[in-house]
Amino acid sequence: MQTQTARVAALQGDEAVAEAVRQCDVDVVAAYPITPQTIIVEKLAEFVADGKFKGEFVPVESEHSAMSACVGAAATGARVFTATSSQGLAYMHEMLYNVAGMRFPIVMAVANRALSAPLVLNADHGDMMASRDCGWIQFYAENVEEIYDRTIQLFKLSEDPRVMLPSTINFEGFILSHDKERVSLLDDEPIKRFLGRPKPKHRIDPDNPFTFGAIATPDTYYEFRMQQAEAMKNVLHVLDEVEMEFESFSGRRYGAVDAYNTDDADVVMVINGSAGGTMRAAARGLNAAGEKVGVLAIKLYRPFPAEQIVSNLAHAKTVITMDRSLSPGAPSGPISEDVKSAMQLAGLTKPVLSVVYGIGGRDLSTDDGKNIFGMAKEGSAFGASTVMYGVKV
Amino acid sequence: MAEPIKGLKELPMDEPLSPGHRLCPGCGASIVVRQVLLAAPKDTIVAEATGCLEVSTALYPYSAWNRPWIHSAFENAAAVASGIDSGFKALARRGEGREHPIVVFGGDGGTYDIGIQALSGAIERGHRFLYVCYDNEAYMNTGIQRSGGTPLGAWTTTTQVGTARAGKQETKKDLVSIVVAHHVPYAATASISHWRDLMTKVRKALSMDGPTFLHVIAPCTRGWRFDSEKTIRMARLAVETRLFPLYEVEGGVYKITFPVASPKPVEEYLKLQGRFGHLFQPQNAAELEAIKKGVEENYRRLEKLSQFTSQMYAQAT
Repeated sequence: MQTQTARVAALQGDEAVAEAVRQCDVDVVAAYPITPQTIIVEKLAEFVADGKFKGEFVPVESEHSAMSACVGAAATGARVFTATSSQGLAYMHEMLYNVAGMRFPIVMAVANRALSAPLVLNADHGDMMASRDCGWIQFYAENVEEIYDRTIQLFKLSEDPRVMLPSTINFEGFILSHDKERVSLLDDEPIKRFLGRPKPKHRIDPDNPFTFGAIATPDTYYEFRMQQAEAMKNVLHVLDEVEMEFESFSGRRYGAVDAYNTDDADVVMVINGSAGGTMRAAARGLNAAGEKVGVLAIKLYRPFPAEQIVSNLAHAKTVITMDRSLSPGAPSGPISEDVKSAMQLAGLTKPVLSVVYGIGGRDLSTDDGKNIFGMAKEGSAFGASTVMYGVKV
Repeated sequence: MAEPIKGLKELPMDEPLSPGHRLCPGCGASIVVRQVLLAAPKDTIVAEATGCLEVSTALYPYSAWNRPWIHSAFENAAAVASGIDSGFKALARRGEGREHPIVVFGGDGGTYDIGIQALSGAIERGHRFLYVCYDNEAYMNTGIQRSGGTPLGAWTTTTQVGTARAGKQETKKDLVSIVVAHHVPYAATASISHWRDLMTKVRKALSMDGPTFLHVIAPCTRGWRFDSEKTIRMARLAVETRLFPLYEVEGGVYKITFPVASPKPVEEYLKLQGRFGHLFQPQNAAELEAIKKGVEENYRRLEKLSQFTSQMYAQAT
């Protein structure tokens, strides 16, 4: 396969996003600073100052206005991007639903950070999980190169006429947003060819005046929502096409899930985000010691790739689910709920150990991974309650 | 510079807002829209805040709008407009289309209160749009609740008239001053009773390169409690009593565009509206006096500002 790797660079996750946005010919960026996403905004402003970014950079006065300006810009047919974190994502929550409902293919980077109170700057997935049902496509990245690649892919995926849904690339604040990693950057030209220009069916046009954002009634609202759900279903196969084309010039492909040793494992751990790599390293260590464990990393969380997840759990005797978010009062974390529901629908009955970890940026090491795999060996002893791993008692 | 409108014949034979929408008979807001858009170029884009006007004109699968029209939330119409402006600019640079005039409509709730941050931000960033606040002086869409635009003494469903209190205890926010503090190229007030003045101001505003603002009084038959055929009369009385002076602020210079030399008594305006009925009971005499005093003070302030700013800027240039 002929691939083009223009240059290798050491980039922070945030920097990689900004570089991808520059290369994707984005027309309008409307964003507001918030730790740990701010580097994206700063880097883009630097591109603007140097004449490297040709679009409009709108330095809005809040995240709510960031997403609102994105709505206006997307309605003109422009390619639109924004980025946020935590409180900022919560502040624009209302607009997330509007964007999905109005079917604008806006792309957003979310440097995941736990929500207040108490205020904390570090990562968990609680911010995105609170917006889980907003109708956006939701990806989680594991390393900086994946953040970069996905950002590029998302424009293609979101703008596909079979999809026309907004999308997010999630990556943990500081762990990935500020971590400098080796990234193989691609040339501008193949990215331009890959994406083309956005061709929305409807846009603001005085010669053909459309009404955007009408009011519905109980007679029609349900059908609008249903269409969003249908478009979500299309994401899985459109993603395959997008990734195949992306692979043809980048040599890189990720899929909706990443399965490590799931065919041969007695215990399979389901996880998302940066900890996927850590847990894979832990599993490799255990495999070398003769333990049969595997890791299933969820890359695409919405739509939920239930079939791919279930097929990777078929062999396992025990399943571990790992949630980097805490839903007080819920039976378990959102990933656990989804995995259990998918298993039940597929007729898969086996013990599931629900684990919550890494809340507010608490680290998860390979040793922690080994401990958690060890807990699963205790069979049904863990019962129905969720393990709050790593909490001080 | 835009030419003042001389007569009706100048207006295009065009209906920007189709009949058949669901606004109340005698609704001031729909008249605001028609007057503003008939003065604006035909390729004008409309952005709107949630409110009466929005829910009554865009009920899927129908739309009354013969203009490209967008609505998404209550507090963000100015932010949406800034996105449209930015989208047009970015696309025009690529040779994909060109810029078009943008008019924003927001009610008093969507402008004075929940939308003031987005408005301030969009103005500060210098986007090119005309923001029109159609002010019916309360949250009429949700059923007449007080807003920052509700005047002193007015009854609303959240400023009820009882034995301990009678109507709104606070004065109306000075919205135009807030906008003028951003040093916009143009801001003005207007009334649907003085359509030529309103339309001239719209043309003037749209000829400016930058954010402009128009504050229009939009009488509400349901919320103000008057008969639906009296809408224009209400708007005219607001001007003729000096309660809603017509003025503009261009490049910092204030000018009263419709001077009212001998004003009608404020009571003439108040008496026709059910929301002010209690002010004529003896126990509320002090409140009535406070309203009248406020009206006179505001008019004097504008007269002095006109005098002062015209001299100041004349000296400066």
